[in-house]
Amino acid sequence: MDVVTKVLEEAAKHAEQFKSIHVEKHLELEYDLGTLLAVDTNDLDLRKIRSKSDRDQYFKDLARDNTQLLLNKIWELPTERVEEAVVAKLPAPTFVLPREKPLPKQKPLTKWQKYAQEKGIMKTKKSKLAWDGTLQKWVPRYGFKRAAAEEEKNWLLPVPDRGDPNEDQFTKKSKIKSENVAKNEFQRLRNLAKAKNVKIPRVGFLSVDKLNSKQLGEVVSVAKASTASLGKFQGNLPKEKRAKNIGPLLPSGRKRKLAPPTPVQERKSNLDILDSILNKKPKLDIEKAVNRSLNTEQQEQSEGTKSQKKGGKRRKGGKKGKGAGKRTGTKPKGGKGIRKPREKTGRKRR
Amino acid sequence: MKRLSSERTKLLFEKLSKYIGANVKLLIDRPDGTYCFRETKNRVYYVSEKILLLSTSVPPENLVSVGTCFGKFTKTGKFKLHITALTFLAPYAQYKIWLKPSAEQQFLYGHHVLKSGLGRITENTQKYQGVVVLSMNDLPLGFGVAAKTAAECKHTDPMSVVCFHQADIGEYIRSEDALI
Repeated sequence: MDVVTKVLEEAAKHAEQFKSIHVEKHLELEYDLGTLLAVDTNDLDLRKIRSKSDRDQYFKDLARDNTQLLLNKIWELPTERVEEAVVAKLPAPTFVLPREKPLPKQKPLTKWQKYAQEKGIMKTKKSKLAWDGTLQKWVPRYGFKRAAAEEEKNWLLPVPDRGDPNEDQFTKKSKIKSENVAKNEFQRLRNLAKAKNVKIPRVGFLSVDKLNSKQLGEVVSVAKASTASLGKFQGNLPKEKRAKNIGPLLPSGRKRKLAPPTPVQERKSNLDILDSILNKKPKLDIEKAVNRSLNTEQQEQSEGTKSQKKGGKRRKGGKKGKGAGKRTGTKPKGGKGIRKPREKTGRKRR
Repeated sequence: MKRLSSERTKLLFEKLSKYIGANVKLLIDRPDGTYCFRETKNRVYYVSEKILLLSTSVPPENLVSVGTCFGKFTKTGKFKLHITALTFLAPYAQYKIWLKPSAEQQFLYGHHVLKSGLGRITENTQKYQGVVVLSMNDLPLGFGVAAKTAAECKHTDPMSVVCFHQADIGEYIRSEDALI
């Protein structure tokens, strides 16, 4: 018995160190166990808050009491044991937490979404695969392996009843498809522009507010070629260059592809090129000329037929004066009545 | 196998005419059939039209060579003659150099021709004229460029270079992998 009382006494002493789990409150707290929230609506003790000595202790006690109450509530919830730990299942939270950031602005509806909303058209989820009757297998509606399936399926295309028999149905089909893609892209961009409140023309090309230098160059080049004579008589500014990559826009830029030449034509063009190379006028190569003369000189020397005589008599003084070139022995005559003011004929007048 | 563009044809003919002059015409105008120049991977081939037609049945990636390779266009756009063209250059060559038997080996190892190795030279050979190099018994060994005129050759010292080496038949062994 002695032992029992001793143990009980010790337990009581031990328990005295801790505060009771029962807390008295004038008004009950408001709980939201889903977010582990307890809201104390009781009045605060203003006297204790103002005194410097008691303030900290008061807040600590208040926090401890309220936490105790919250934990009491949690212990009331159904609990279970998961790996040595007691776990309570929290209910769904009821307290509405305020947002940190403002609400996102609602995206403006696209034209189709607006229309579908008005008409009450619902979006239905479609499976990725669809059964194809002709191929007798599951074929994806779009994406990977769709194009291959399409090719397998449409290996032959019938010409429509009143269609042109010479028209290629495959190119027709691909053209329709590419036009559809372009249309979709156009509509997507139009929706974007509408969402951002950008004004766009209803038809025609979108223009840029400020053209950059490259675009300006292209515009200038196209405009210059847009005369009746295809820009032949349009002058160039200093340092002006024709813009690149506008070939197909200009009539002169379109390249005509010639058929491959026949062997005969090829041979002829080759011979023409060769003739132009062989018939080139040789430049006056002084070194070559000197070498050639040296060569002939050496040949003469080796032959040993060096002539000792000097060729001919030398004229003394040489030719001098104007009339020395040609001597016919007659006096220069006048114009014989014919006036030729540009041509200088006759004797020199002073 | 594509046709040579007119610029490239011009380059090719200019180079060929350095060696065989107006005889290039004989390569194009042949009595035994039509021959033409074709190009793949910057290499120029001299092919008979008949063989060219047959070669179309071979996929281009499997086709190693058709006809005779004349040379290649370098990355800087010049045309370089290969030794394989010698078969067509040698019979038409206008300027020739004959080597002494002692100098043959030196030339076939890729060295220039020295005056000491010079056996004979065509008269009137100009400086920097393309020449075909032959052995004394008229076996074509390669080709090069005359470093001196025929007249100058007579009076230079024996160790001076007479002909710059360009290609020799030793290349068939030395640069077997680069020829095709």
